[in-house]
Amino acid sequence: MSAANCLVTNDWICGEYLRTRSEELTDATVQHVGITVVSVLIGLAVAFPLALLVRARPRLAGPVLGLTTLLYTIPSLAMFSLLLPFFGLSAALVVTGLVLYSLTILVRNILAGLDAVPAEAREAARGMGYGPARLLWEVELPLALPALMAGIRMATVSTVALTTVGSIIGRGGLGNLIEDALPTFFKAQVLAASVLCVLLAVVADLLLLGVQRLLTPWTRIRTGPGGG
Amino acid sequence: MGIVTDAWSWLTTGANWEGDGGIGSRLAEHVYVSGAALLLACAVALPLGLWLGHLGKGGATAVNLSNAGRAVPVFAVLALFMVSPLRNAGYVPTVIALVLFAVPPLLTNAYVGMREVDRAVVEAARGMGMSGGQVFRRVELPLARPLVMTGLRSAAVQVVATATIAAMVGQGGLGRIITAGFNTYNTPQVVAGALLVALLALTVEAVLVGADRLLGRRAGNG
Repeated sequence: MSAANCLVTNDWICGEYLRTRSEELTDATVQHVGITVVSVLIGLAVAFPLALLVRARPRLAGPVLGLTTLLYTIPSLAMFSLLLPFFGLSAALVVTGLVLYSLTILVRNILAGLDAVPAEAREAARGMGYGPARLLWEVELPLALPALMAGIRMATVSTVALTTVGSIIGRGGLGNLIEDALPTFFKAQVLAASVLCVLLAVVADLLLLGVQRLLTPWTRIRTGPGGG
Repeated sequence: MGIVTDAWSWLTTGANWEGDGGIGSRLAEHVYVSGAALLLACAVALPLGLWLGHLGKGGATAVNLSNAGRAVPVFAVLALFMVSPLRNAGYVPTVIALVLFAVPPLLTNAYVGMREVDRAVVEAARGMGMSGGQVFRRVELPLARPLVMTGLRSAAVQVVATATIAAMVGQGGLGRIITAGFNTYNTPQVVAGALLVALLALTVEAVLVGADRLLGRRAGNG
């Protein structure tokens, strides 16, 4: 193990570290991606009905938006600590915290997207006999897609970053590696985990941008079934 | 609701306020670190954002910077500082990390505030023979003030909330009350710590709103 020199001298960049701990790095990355994906998906599943509810009953807009904004201002460290009595040391705790944080961005962006649908498009669809569900699914949603995807991208990128704070309960993906490396000032591990974390966020953002391009609303409308 | 009353009694116990790791010293650390970071961030971001907005250049850079800021975990930045020689520099690593995260929203809001100023008003001011500097001071700056202040408020609240993360790398501040409570399974203490951070954030917000009103009144009379 003469090549392990950089581990002994505690260099910032250490090829030997990446080689010998690749399994640990992969596991942490997989956990990180898993927590992020589940959080954003649940966040969407909660935010969507909330946004529809607010749209149907504008009087609820103040309380709902106020509450999600309030949640957003709770420091992440406090949020994860406060959820501990309810969830114990589990990934569900971190996911719950991250879902609560994502709501602000997601609800606002879904609402903004739906609000931006031109009234004429809505009228035209109604005139063609579209019911409320079909109107939402085939007309409003595709037209709201750019704002919706912008929200999903923002929420995903911040969720990737916030997941690291989950390391206080040992469920922080790459954050765990950072936390573990701190007591021994293990530079290579802190740097590698941090860089991977930022890379994850960038890759996720680019992937979602690609998805958004693929789902370009205009092509969708053209390929969708004609009105009846 | 029992936990909230427990948290309240923890907060109102005099002994918890005293000493080195007491609420008093943690609160002072938190205020010091957040205040220094916010001042430094303003000193960097506001002149730059206002100037770029006045010129109408660099908007894409400001937006990209905010997006990049969102992708970088605060915890990672703090950890990187703590394994570097910076760890021996007292509060410096926390302050630098907080500045890095406060600059993007301040910069973006200052820039957007300047760009949102009605172009017709700016043209009219120029037509009246105002120089670039006069347009900046007498027309653009007062009209951009509300948005700039909104950016300042959200940056301030964000800094106060983010400063708690410093506790994860063993730095001071109110976050230490939360982590200490967490490590000893003392949930009332965790709730008390979270309440203190929230109260501090609300106080900062109220002070800034008050300052904005005062500033607005003065500008209105002048």
